[in-house]
Amino acid sequence: MSKEIVTIKDLKTYFPIDKTKFVRAVDGVSFNIKEGEIMGLVGESGSGKSTIAYTFMGMYKQSGGEIVFNGKTITTKDNKRDMLFKKDAQIVFQDPGSSLNPYQDVRQILSLPLKVHKIVSPDKIDEKILEILDMVELPASFMYKSPNSIGGGEKQLVSVARALCSNPKFIILDEPTSSLDVSIQAKIINMLLKLHKEKKLTYMFITHDLSLMRNISTKVAIMYLGKMCEVAPTEEFYKSPMHPYTQMLLSSIPVISEEEEALKPKKVVSTGEIPSPVDIPKGCSFHTRCNQKMDICCIEDPMMNEVSAEHFVRCHLYK
Amino acid sequence: MNDAILNIKNLKVWYNTYRGYAKVVDGVNFHVGTGEKVGLVGESGCGKTTTMKSVLRVIDSSINHIPEGEILYRDKDILKMNYNDLQQIRKKSISMISQAPSAALNPVFTVGEQLLDVIRYSEQYNKKSGKKDLMDMAVSAIKDVMISDPERILKSYPHQLSGGMKQRICIAMSLVTPRELLIADEPGTALDVTIQDQIHRLLRALVEEKGRSLIMITHSLGVARELVDRIYVMYAGNIVEVAKTKDLFSKPLHPYTKGLMECVPRLSGGGVTTGIYGYIPNYINPAPGCRFCPRCPDAMDICSKEKPQTIEISDGHKVACFKYTNS
Repeated sequence: MSKEIVTIKDLKTYFPIDKTKFVRAVDGVSFNIKEGEIMGLVGESGSGKSTIAYTFMGMYKQSGGEIVFNGKTITTKDNKRDMLFKKDAQIVFQDPGSSLNPYQDVRQILSLPLKVHKIVSPDKIDEKILEILDMVELPASFMYKSPNSIGGGEKQLVSVARALCSNPKFIILDEPTSSLDVSIQAKIINMLLKLHKEKKLTYMFITHDLSLMRNISTKVAIMYLGKMCEVAPTEEFYKSPMHPYTQMLLSSIPVISEEEEALKPKKVVSTGEIPSPVDIPKGCSFHTRCNQKMDICCIEDPMMNEVSAEHFVRCHLYK
Repeated sequence: MNDAILNIKNLKVWYNTYRGYAKVVDGVNFHVGTGEKVGLVGESGCGKTTTMKSVLRVIDSSINHIPEGEILYRDKDILKMNYNDLQQIRKKSISMISQAPSAALNPVFTVGEQLLDVIRYSEQYNKKSGKKDLMDMAVSAIKDVMISDPERILKSYPHQLSGGMKQRICIAMSLVTPRELLIADEPGTALDVTIQDQIHRLLRALVEEKGRSLIMITHSLGVARELVDRIYVMYAGNIVEVAKTKDLFSKPLHPYTKGLMECVPRLSGGGVTTGIYGYIPNYINPAPGCRFCPRCPDAMDICSKEKPQTIEISDGHKVACFKYTNS
């Protein structure tokens, strides 16, 4: 029975616009991640998936709820994280161009976490860097290259290497391949899966690409306007999607073969705009675009219900 | 090719850099027929946008050099046209929707003002029309792209609109006056998959309804499969394969096309493949021979020495690869 490494209870992150209006970026989200899992977080822009990641890491201050990491409850008084947290939890960002310091070379970029977390003594740092570059299959010559002189895929491998420096237990991958071509994406994903196995890591993998998610995650959660709509083990999620939004999303994916077309749920034509997160519709936030909405959906916000083993849905259709 | 409205013949486009010419587009042959929807698929840096921008000649001439090739629009070479004739093409015949709607729209003018600007520039309206008549044209174009409440949208500034709306405005701008050919440069990339789906269906419906031709540039094979009748696959400045959509997916020939299809994660699961080993070539000093050779799992001796010619394998299905030259 694997233990839970991350437990999120009713997490809220609100950004004030003025005295009365808030952007409810994350609006009451609960989930857990067990050791060794690759939890997929899927959603369109504005759904709150990156905000969850940043709030967890302490980049944003949470407005409510509870975060438990490795058995320890994270304080809500401020968004500081202690050194042990920073060592055990790491993040890889979407845009390697803006998350790697362009004025440093790879050696300097990787030295910092090694020094900060005292992973090795100062005289062994270069040796350790070579070991880490080898882990991500980058040649030793990369030590003295600056981010400007390497390609997008390689930059992202450097970001992954940086995350591995502190010997973490848990890594958040925020759309790590969205800015890359599909041929390079494959290489990065394989690298991440290899490391997951070898180093016994746990991942939270964020992406809007549902086909990619199918191949990498063990469990999938889908977000809409700051709330979770559905969570299920991967195969169950794709085989029996229950929430109307999940069905709409899955039926819109462009695929390249007839076999895959047959696997998609019946076409749900997407209509309407995604509402602004400042002005979330009353009741269930999805009702303005839902093809199966009932009267109650415009009035009451549904609760998350377990409808079958480990399969949770937040929808009035399934009470 | 009798009714090809656009016919690109052996186009070479080089960029002038301080290290020498970057020979990005290396002899491209491409055509679109009346009412046809064609896809140009390739990864970043392969030259697809450069090729299409050359059609409208919107790349700055100080950095751009075209040593060879013809771009025939209805049998007239765009590359040899004088400025006035070129302007007529831009006003009346061809329009382009760019990849990033936020960058294409001017932030200090309302959407309505920008639409009116496009209508006036195109000179395709009754000269006696007053501003109200032009506004009616704009409203009609906005309604065509399924935006409700057009009057309010026309009074809005671009930053007040969502990405999906901005992209639809850009599409409206391309279609507000009659054009024969629409070039869409990755129109859904910056958008969410459900909105992207809406935009693509809209584009397809509008193009079919009005009998226009469409060139869709994309890096996504899945998107091309859903939208177009014929697909060109481009790698490092060359067209490596072209076929009708159905034929390309049922029987891809070129090793790059096959490799690309294998890299796409499948909804059926089964894990991720290893990708395509290697990098795009150096455009300034490209090695002789086929540009895909260093990355090709099926490379033979001749591939690194000579460039393969394009040959037709079956109806409309052409490939540039030595694997097929002797068959």
